[in-house]
This record gives sequence, C-alpha cells and structure tokens, in this order.
Amino acid sequence: MNYDLTDEQQMIYKMMKEFSDEVVAPGAEQRDKDKAFPKEIFDQLGKLGIMGLPFPEEYGGSGADTISFAIAVEELSRACGSTGITYSAHVSLGGAPLNLFGTEGQKKDYLVPICTGESLGAFGLTEPNAGSDAGGTETEAKLVNGEWVINGSKCFITNASYAKIVPVTAITARKDGKKEISAIIVPTDKMGFSVKAPYEKMGLNASDTTEIYVEDVHVPEDFMLGKRGEGFKQFLITLDGGRIGIGAMAVGIAQAAYEKALAYAKERTQFGRSISKFQAIQFKLADMAMKLELARGMLYKAAWLKDHGRKFSKEASMCKLYASEICMETCRDAIQIHGGNGYMKEYQVERYMRDAKLLEIGEGTSEVQRMVIAREIGC
Amino acid sequence: MNILVLLKQTFDTEENIVIENGQISEENVEFIMNPYDEYAVEEAVKIKEEIGAEITAITLGPSRTASALRTALAMGADQAVLIEWDEQEADEWTASNLIAAVVKNRDFDLILGGNMAIDSGSGQVAIRVAEKLGIPHVSTITKLTLNDGTATVERDVEGDVEIVEIQLPFLATTQQGLNEPRYPSLPGIMKAKKKPLKTFSVEELSLENEDVTTATVIIDQYLPAKKQAGQILEGELQDQVSELVQILQNAAKVV
Ligand SMILES: Cc1cc2nc3c(=O)[nH]c(=O)nc-3n(C[C@H](O)[C@H](O)[C@H](O)COP(=O)(O)OP(=O)(O)OC[C@H]3O[C@@H](n4cnc5c(N)ncnc54)[C@H](O)[C@@H]3O)c2cc1C
Ligand SMILES: Cc1cc2nc3c(=O)[nH]c(=O)nc-3n(C[C@H](O)[C@H](O)[C@H](O)COP(=O)(O)OP(=O)(O)OC[C@H]3O[C@@H](n4cnc5c(N)ncnc54)[C@H](O)[C@@H]3O)c2cc1C
Repeated sequence: MNYDLTDEQQMIYKMMKEFSDEVVAPGAEQRDKDKAFPKEIFDQLGKLGIMGLPFPEEYGGSGADTISFAIAVEELSRACGSTGITYSAHVSLGGAPLNLFGTEGQKKDYLVPICTGESLGAFGLTEPNAGSDAGGTETEAKLVNGEWVINGSKCFITNASYAKIVPVTAITARKDGKKEISAIIVPTDKMGFSVKAPYEKMGLNASDTTEIYVEDVHVPEDFMLGKRGEGFKQFLITLDGGRIGIGAMAVGIAQAAYEKALAYAKERTQFGRSISKFQAIQFKLADMAMKLELARGMLYKAAWLKDHGRKFSKEASMCKLYASEICMETCRDAIQIHGGNGYMKEYQVERYMRDAKLLEIGEGTSEVQRMVIAREIGC
Repeated sequence: MNILVLLKQTFDTEENIVIENGQISEENVEFIMNPYDEYAVEEAVKIKEEIGAEITAITLGPSRTASALRTALAMGADQAVLIEWDEQEADEWTASNLIAAVVKNRDFDLILGGNMAIDSGSGQVAIRVAEKLGIPHVSTITKLTLNDGTATVERDVEGDVEIVEIQLPFLATTQQGLNEPRYPSLPGIMKAKKKPLKTFSVEELSLENEDVTTATVIIDQYLPAKKQAGQILEGELQDQVSELVQILQNAAKVV
C-alpha cells in the first residue's frame, strides 16, 4: 500500500490548485449569474496541455494517468462546477471513446483537436425517451449508397456548441424486433445537424447543455465509431470512466463547501461565542470532513484500478454514488452553517448546492448506480 | 548562453505557521518555490525561448527541496543541482559558500536568483555568491534586456527606476514586475522527471570546515503578536482631530 501521490501527481495538483484559485475561481459567481461559458479558461487549459491530459502523446495528449485526471477535475470543480463538468465531459465523454474505439484516422482527425483544446469533446446518448434506459434510443441511421443517413434528436448534451464532432448513438438495424445500437461520428457542420441551447437550468449555468437535432444528416460509412452493433457496450465502458469524473467533481464541490463552512463557523459569533464552539455545528463539520475523506479515498481507488488495468465498474459506481450524495449533504449543511447568509448568492454555498444536484443525475442517476452495484455484487 | 538560477524552497507563508521549541514545525506545512525565485526561473525560460539557453536550477536544502527543482524543470529549466543540507537552516554565510563552490566549476553567462526568500527575508545569499565569484551583481531588477555581451537592466529603487548597463557574466536578483511566472505545463511536468538532477553532498564540495559552519545562530523565533482591534474615533471632525492628538500625546506617547 502507498497513499502518497507520485511526484507528477503532486505537481499536477499544485499547478491545478493555483490555476483554479487564480484563474477559475474569481469569475465563477458572475458566470453563474450571466450564464457565460468560460471559453478563455479552456483556451488556457489547452495551452497548458490539460485538455488532452490522459491521452497518448502521439495524438497531442499529455499521457498522464486517471488519478491526475481526477485531481484536475476536483480542483477545477472546487473553484467552479461549470468549468468542472465541461472539462470532465470533454475528456471522459468526448475524448475517451475516440481514444478507446476510434480508428487511427479518426484519432488523427478528431482526438488531436480535442487534445489541443481546439474542439471541446461531447457525446450524444440521452434522448427525450431514452435517459436511464439508454436502450430506448430512437435516433436511427440507415446505410444508403455507402453513407449513413441519420435522423433523430438528443437532449441535455454537454459541450456540443463548442464541438467539431459529436458521436451519437443510433439504431443501425433491427433484428427480430431487437435494436442494434451503434455510435456514429457526426461533424457538427454537416447539413441537417443543429445544436440549440434552450435550457433554463438550476445550476451549472456557465456550462453548455444542448439539444441536438439530426435531420437527414449524411456521413460516410467509415464514420462508425468502434464496431457496428457495439454502441451499447461501448457507452457502458465510456460511462465507467465518466463516473470517475463525476465523482471527482463531487469531491471538489464538497471540498469547497466544507472549507467555506469551516471558515465561516470560526468567524461567526452568536450567543457570545464562535458558532464553531457549538457541538451542533462541530458535528456537522466533523461529518463533512469524514465524508470528504472517504469520498476522495473511493475516487482515488477507482482511478487507481483503472490505471492498473483492473476492473473498476463497481468502484466507479460506488465513487460516483457516494461522492455525489455526500456532496449534496455537505452543501446543504454548509448553507445551514451560514444561516441566512448561506441563502445569499454572495456567500457562494447556494451555488455549490445547485451545481451539485446534477451529480446525482448525470451519467447515471443514483438509482442507476445502485442497480449497477447490485448487479456487480450478484443480485 | 548558460543561465544558472538559484532558488530556494520555502514554506507557504499564506498557510498557518506553527512554532514548536523555537523552530518552525514542518508538520502539515506546504512547501513552495520561493515566489521571488519564480521570477528568476520565468526570466531564464523567456530568454531560452527568445535566443536559446541552457538553464541549470540550483538549490540548497534537504532532499524534499528536489520538488522545487522539479517545478523549475517543469517550467522549462534543462537540468538541476541539489546541494544536500539536512542540518538546521544554513545561514547566508554557509549557503553562499556552498552555492559558490558548485557554481565556480560551471560555465555561466548569467546567474539569476530571487530578490529575497520569503522565509528568512535577508536578501543576501545571491549577492554574496556574486561577491565570492568576483562578478558584478545588480539587485531587485524589473526589466532585463540582453545586448551583445552586455545587458541593460532596470531596477526598483524604492519606487523609482534605476537603469544600469552591465557586462556579462553577472548576477541579478529578480523583483515583482519583471514578468508573470507561467504555470508549468502538463507536458513540462511529465518531462521534468526525465531531466537530469544532480545531488551533491557537502563533503563532495571539499570546503574548509569554517566555510560550512554557520556564522550565526538563531536564538529564538516567535510569531508576531496578534493584532489588537483598532480604535475608531467618532463625532465631529474637529473633535476627532483633537481626540487623536490627545491619544498620540498622552496614551501612545509618540508625539
Ligand atoms: C446538465 C446535464 C448535462 C448532461 N450531459 C449529458 C451529455 O453530455 N450526454 C448525454 O448523453 N446525456 C447528458 N445528460 C443526460 C443525463 O445523463 C440524464 O439526464 C440521466 O441519465 C437521467 O436520464 P433522464 O433525465 O431521462 O431521467 P429518467 O431516466 O427519466 O429518470 C427519472 C427518474 O427515474 C429513475 N429511474 C429510471 N429508471 C429506473 C429504474 N429502473 N429503477 C429505479 N429508478 C429508475 C431515475 O433514477 C430518476 O430518478 C445530461 C443531463 C444534464 C441535466
Ligand atoms: C429570505 C430571508 C428572509 C428573512 N426574513 C426576515 C424577517 O422578515 N425578519 C427578520 O427579523 N429576520 C428575517 N430573516 C433572518 C432569519 O430569521 C435569520 O437568518 C435566521 O434567524 C438565522 O440567523 P442568522 O442568519 O444570523 O444565522 P446564525 O444565527 O449566525 O446561525 C448560523 C448557524 O449557527 C447555528 N447556531 C446559532 N446558534 C447556535 C447555538 N447556540 N447552538 C447550535 N447552533 C447554533 C444556526 O442554527 C445556524 O446553523 C430572513 C432571512 C432570510 C434568508
């Protein structure tokens, strides 16, 4: 056993911490109010080699490990949840499937601009009638004269406005009433492809959440991502990695809420004493500190398993489920410790809670995580 | 062009500092590259990007200080030297003797160091090194322009600017305003481990005993007294002024 980060991981932590404190945090509150996407931050992260963090150097990536990815997501999210989800989706939903399943040509064409930050990464899975039950996909692709002709729509797709391509899942055949689902790369500038961002969200206001419409879009046959008919299997693998990203976001936001609550409790005096001297407040803070430690431990364990080529589905689900739920609890208690001030935007903790709620929903709801864990333990 | 950068690892003064038995406790302390030294590293890397240079980062301290060197390597330095010193903090005398002993065997055109270390705050080590090497030095620089064999340097003199022409090789200490230190890039971080880092023990430098024996002793260290709450005067301006004069004369006894 070794609980120390490696030299590289420590340096990445230090660098991401400074970057997040100095560049990401200062505008977070305003971006939340203005619903302003932090494009400049991603340009800077591109220059620093962070956008391609875990991908091979031959495609412009930096070849770092999953623990480093988790550290980067945690630090960005500690400063700004919107920046965190954008980055996490970029890497784990956008870049990872291309890296895992893409051909050499597809990686050269599409993974490279993702690594440099020229394009953000996105993945289109969810549809109005296919959320937790991704098998409900209705988008359909038909092979006509060597081209896929795609029709359908996607909803809640992160980053699509800033992406050069969006791989989408679609039905590519029906056999005995069973759907064959595959993933197909769709360049966003294709005729018939449109992206809209109509949502009024609860939180993560500075992130890009879109609806995608695909109307008679034609792409060459070899734009298939991975093997035909394996779309379902592939996105389950993709989501395993993505859950580490969501877990890291949750740890980052919970850390921010805990730090704010601890500092406020020490500063605030009522009944002639610092409220941090009241057991009711102390126990809340002690629970926060403990849950954070446990969530981060699970996060690093899931990431470590992935880095060592071990099976990590169960641990990724546990990490995502536990971290997102303790993140909500921590944010709620942080607001409580702030009293009336906690209800005010100025103190930031209410933003943390609005941002955190998505973590119990995206990339598999808490219920879905429990289903995954139950399956893994043999139910 | 060979550039040597002298840097120190210090504790982060923005973190909580605990003193135990007259010593700063290293438990739970965040160690960072001395912020003034970041300007030195950045300037060296900028010169390297503009006209090409081989940068060697040099530090003195316990083995943990290697991480400050790795940061310099990640920012763009090419190689690093660690003079291992595990005893109580070296004073300006021993530190400059040890560093000068390493530097004098190397080729260099320019030596850069921070204006001062934020822990000891003496601002002496780099300048003493220049004296021992017999080269010119210029402190607290805010601009550096290299010409052919000379340099034009702007230095901060208590809010004014002094412009100095200086012959290479020379040593300069860097001040805020010189540049914006970069974040180490991720590829830089990944490459840092593969760059050479040479460690010297004090014995290897074969110095005289008196050169490596500290000339000063720290007798005690303590935290500054907690700031007392200030007093805010109220009422008409006239009354406030006379009350203030009262206090300065009678209570504070400063006028
Ligand atoms: C901000 C944001 C960003 C997103 N980004 C992306 C993206 O980039 N790409 C993408 O493809 N999708 C994205 N999504 C979609 C997200 O993954 C889905 O919202 C999520 O999977 C849940 O699906 P749903 O909204 O259809 O809810 P539903 O599946 O309709 O679930 C509704 C409720 O029913 C519960 N439920 C469903 N089935 C079961 C069951 N069998 N047993 C028990 N309970 C059940 C759920 O847990 C939930 O509580 C994003 C969503 C949001 C809000
Ligand atoms: C939208 C809004 C509307 C409001 N409207 C009104 C109004 O119309 N009129 C009005 O007068 N006020 C109003 N308030 C103020 C509100 O009643 C106070 O915010 C509330 O009483 C809490 O006080 P506080 O904010 O000072 O928190 P604090 O008293 O500072 O409490 C901070 C935290 O410490 C805890 N705490 C405090 N003392 C102890 C203790 N002894 N033991 C254990 N825990 C303790 C609290 O439970 C809380 O978790 C409003 C507030 C809001 C947000």
